[in-house]
Amino acid sequence: MSSPSIEHPGPPPARMTPRNAARDTAGVAKRNLLRILRTPQLIVIGALQPALLLVLFRYVLGGAIRVPGGSYVDYVVPAIFLEAVLIGGMTTSIGLAQDLKSGIIDRFRSLPMARSAVLAGRTLADLSRSVLSLAIMVGLGLLVGFHFHSDVGSIIAGMALVITFGYAFSWMYAAIGLATKDPETAQIAGILPFFVLMFASNAIVPVATMPGWLQGFARNQPLSVTIAAVRTLLEGGPAAHWVWQSLAWSAGIFIVFFAISLHLYRNSTS
Amino acid sequence: MAGSMIEVQAVAKRFGPTTALAGVDLAAEQGRVLALLGPNGAGKTTLVRILTTLLRPDSGSARVAGYDVVADAGPLRSMIGLAGQYAAVDELLTGRENLELVGLWYHLEKREYRRRAQDVLERFALTEAADRLVRTYSGGMRRRLDIGASLIARPAVLFLDEPTTGLDPRTRNDVWRFIEELVDAGTTILLTTQYMDEAERLAHQIVVIDRGSVIAQGTAPQLKAQLGGAMLEARVTDPSDLDRAAALLAEVGDSPPRIDRDQQLVAIPTPGGTTLLLAAGRRFEEQRIALDDLGIRRPSLDDVFLSLTGAPATPGAGHGSPEPPAERSAVTR
Repeated sequence: MSSPSIEHPGPPPARMTPRNAARDTAGVAKRNLLRILRTPQLIVIGALQPALLLVLFRYVLGGAIRVPGGSYVDYVVPAIFLEAVLIGGMTTSIGLAQDLKSGIIDRFRSLPMARSAVLAGRTLADLSRSVLSLAIMVGLGLLVGFHFHSDVGSIIAGMALVITFGYAFSWMYAAIGLATKDPETAQIAGILPFFVLMFASNAIVPVATMPGWLQGFARNQPLSVTIAAVRTLLEGGPAAHWVWQSLAWSAGIFIVFFAISLHLYRNSTS
Repeated sequence: MAGSMIEVQAVAKRFGPTTALAGVDLAAEQGRVLALLGPNGAGKTTLVRILTTLLRPDSGSARVAGYDVVADAGPLRSMIGLAGQYAAVDELLTGRENLELVGLWYHLEKREYRRRAQDVLERFALTEAADRLVRTYSGGMRRRLDIGASLIARPAVLFLDEPTTGLDPRTRNDVWRFIEELVDAGTTILLTTQYMDEAERLAHQIVVIDRGSVIAQGTAPQLKAQLGGAMLEARVTDPSDLDRAAALLAEVGDSPPRIDRDQQLVAIPTPGGTTLLLAAGRRFEEQRIALDDLGIRRPSLDDVFLSLTGAPATPGAGHGSPEPPAERSAVTR
């Protein structure tokens, strides 16, 4: 009934080159940046959450919390910086779940674009929102009495560490978005790791005040290690020990969740 | 040289306990339109998703434009276009941005994708709205943009999954004309539809699929011929006359009549000609059964569909199916 199948018509399609993969990623990043710019209300809301946490801890709870050495504002503000980028990362899971639901991921997957481009372009665009949110928190922090006590190089290194950690974590949020496939579910699921990491940590109160069974986790989990590194970098002091641990966590989180996300993306169906 | 641009052999796919496709075979020649016809949940979209590399078949094989959909999925994606049932365009981008990005993702150079985006905008009458956010577009404009985006790379094979579902009649006609132009230019098209008139107008070949299996295929006239000849239909004025009318027609003709109570309609096959019609008319008069309508009707694709699948075609599809929406068992896509 059927005639023999035809030979490939036209020139053979080009293989995926690094240049094409980079163009694909830049295209996705452009698409998502345009979307971010066209929903400014989301930028405001995204910055509002860490701002409220900052005010809460600085003025409402801060008076009751004693920290060894220094002032509480200098203790808590670096943690707020990390909160800002983590909350920024949550938009990655919500955005990807939305894209899955709307069917646009189907179109992406039917195109000859690099498999990683949709995820890399998305996380890079969301990173820009996190950086903006971080900049706002630096301004607000200074406004409520936070002081940098170290040199410019260390401050820049500290901010770079915050951004690196936030970017690595956005890949965990990418996996959550792809696994849940639904924006509302993605949002709720994304808050869970945020809460665990934020409250069972040195972010708000010193770990020494916690029960013994919790201290081991609270001291060594990735967010605590990173907060310790950033605090030391911003306050001055030997930071290398914490910085290396934080970078190792970021690298590990990135590699594991990059692989998981890519796998989920390849097999995703709306 | 013409050849099979789409070749599907024994493709099967299950989702958990649900069999979406139970071994489908089909083929489409270059420059032809193949319409995949079937009720919701028949497996149409699953097949399209397999042929566009979005899903892997559990067994069987499929080639599109000469490429295996699993082994050569990468290169194949450069050869195909897909426009979905749900217009997959970005609401927060302009029409032009949507098209240009898709062009970039097909790895066209900037000058080329800009030119082609402009072409598509002109061809689909979207130039005025080109630089407005898609959010402000009507449903018909979105669908045109969606189809336009699938054409940016001038694909050899185009997959249109229910391209006109939910469109107003005028936009539907526009989309049909675009499809006909593409076919004239040599594009091979596989389109899924629930609309008989769409299949009849566009398709060179119709494949009827139900519960994951091909249950019939051929041209529209061939499919109609399967159903046999014309039907003699009588529509009674008073519903309580329906059974008397059925008995009467059974007497006149020599086969059991079909009764449609909603439509107050009784029908029997007729060899054509007017003998049976006139005989029936006389008997209705003698029996004093009041009729709204009496006539001969040739089978429509709707009738074919009804007899093949046991389910009426989609509400509003074609002229022969003014029935209310029928409940169908839903099968997950």
